[in-house]
Amino acid sequence: MPTLTRKEVEEIALLARLHLESEEVEAMQGELGAILEHFSGIASVDTTDVVPMTHAVPMDLPLRNDVVLPSLPTDEALRGTPKRDGDLIVVPAILPGGPE
Amino acid sequence: MSTSPEFWTVADTAKRVAAGEIGAVRLVDTMLSRITNVDRELGAFLATDGEGARRDAAEIDRKRTAGQFAGPLAGVTIALKDNLVTKGVATTAGSKILQGWIPPYDATVVEKLRSAGALIVGKTNLDEFGMGSSTERSAYKKTRNPWDTSRVPGGSSGGSAAAVAAGLAAGSLGTDTGGSIRQPAAFCGVVGIKPTYGRVSRYGVIAFASSLDQVGPIARTVQDAAILLQVISGHDPRDSTSLDLPIPAFAEAATGDVKGMKIGLPKEYFQPGSGSLDSEVRTALERTIKALHDKGATTVEVSLPHTSLALPAYYIVAPAEASSNLSRYDGIRYGKRAEASDLLDLYCKSRGAGFGPEVKRRIMLGTYALRSGYYDAYYKKAQQIRTLIKNDFDEAFTKVDVLLTPTTPTSAFRFNARATPLDMYLGDIFTLACNLAGLPGMSVPVGLTADGLPIGAQLIGKALDEVTMIRAGSAIEALGGLGDKRPSGIGGI
Repeated sequence: MPTLTRKEVEEIALLARLHLESEEVEAMQGELGAILEHFSGIASVDTTDVVPMTHAVPMDLPLRNDVVLPSLPTDEALRGTPKRDGDLIVVPAILPGGPE
Repeated sequence: MSTSPEFWTVADTAKRVAAGEIGAVRLVDTMLSRITNVDRELGAFLATDGEGARRDAAEIDRKRTAGQFAGPLAGVTIALKDNLVTKGVATTAGSKILQGWIPPYDATVVEKLRSAGALIVGKTNLDEFGMGSSTERSAYKKTRNPWDTSRVPGGSSGGSAAAVAAGLAAGSLGTDTGGSIRQPAAFCGVVGIKPTYGRVSRYGVIAFASSLDQVGPIARTVQDAAILLQVISGHDPRDSTSLDLPIPAFAEAATGDVKGMKIGLPKEYFQPGSGSLDSEVRTALERTIKALHDKGATTVEVSLPHTSLALPAYYIVAPAEASSNLSRYDGIRYGKRAEASDLLDLYCKSRGAGFGPEVKRRIMLGTYALRSGYYDAYYKKAQQIRTLIKNDFDEAFTKVDVLLTPTTPTSAFRFNARATPLDMYLGDIFTLACNLAGLPGMSVPVGLTADGLPIGAQLIGKALDEVTMIRAGSAIEALGGLGDKRPSGIGGI
């Protein structure tokens, strides 16, 4: 099991949408490597035919009636939005150089 | 019974306020002024809500004067871990990414406390998003242990435990994903309960790991913790994982009667070298076991053979779920937004600037475990190990009513003592399995070390059987708890 390369750390950071400074990448490489190394023993645990646990207490999927209930007014829901235009949230362009 | 309102129990406070012995406004003013005096040094609170607490207190006094019932917790001061959302009161989860965010709604547990008449005095410090075991990972401040200010209060609900131990609130709520209620309760000499998964609604709880997180009470007595649990428990249509089951009479379970009770001692938790169990912790547990025998309980050695796998399973499942839950902090709808040229850049920079090192580490670990091609080797494997761990508990509970273990391998450690992330994780060794199996657990004080630091015993109950656990907890408290001992480290307590 894994000793992480710098490239792998950068790939995971991109998947996680996380900007890391160069020194963070380096620290992460060592720390994650040590943690994964410590946990590598689980690979040898025999889990043949063991059902993965999905719920701590057995329960059926709960269903409710399809009834419209009151929800937050739009203005309250958007009160913490960093950049707004009326009821819209303003974001930068998906493609670099495009309009907001 | 203490004559100073700061250390009145939840039960006593409610009784005195209901009897008109003290007005709720006067009481809350006393508590708020104590917070002002003591918390500068203690650092338990991230925010106080004096205005809200006084307004609610005035309403309680008005109702009482008019002869109306103001609720079972009328006048009881409560501190809330700052990952429980509070309408109109800033909620940060200890993270810069949520700095300045004012939630537009109350968590269900907060609604329940308010309608029971509790007075919310403020929001307490925590490791960022609950990720840590010392509260050192808060993005805002350091919280000190009231028993020794050179030491951590534990975590992640460190502010909630320290506030209660120091008499800044009668009780508090924390959240527990891998021990975050029980471990700080042990370090601060107070009682903490993690209920069965699903017992308490998680609506309005800032998610860390959804299959593990539970909200629970922290208080100075077992009965107080049980009273708070009574109020916050119950089915909530807004949380599909909350259980639609009757709520037992927790508050009446703190009888101290353990005659005929079978208490299991998992040998893996007591083995030499097991999590480097400190000798004073071991001695305190042995004293507790003897005292339980004297009260008519029997103890039985049991085995939980997969115990050593709890740590790796937890540190795969929890980060994996966290990496998914925390993807919502993207700088778009709320929270911190960084300047960026395009959308991808905005996500990466907002998250890179907003999250602290431990949160980044866990997001990275979780993303690693969940990425394409790795799922079976990590997340699925860990979930299979959870089944093995749960089966161990099921087997043990065919022989015994409740399990007794140390809560932590050591008493509270000094700031910066756990140098690497892995060192910190290893301290959680006794509390994780309970969350992985979804069982109720609690920590009860069982005395002090020679240096005057609290030691905690952990009880783990059968799923949904908090009652037996509370009964055993109240016996332990009566036999070897801290009694009237108070922390002397801070604020001239």
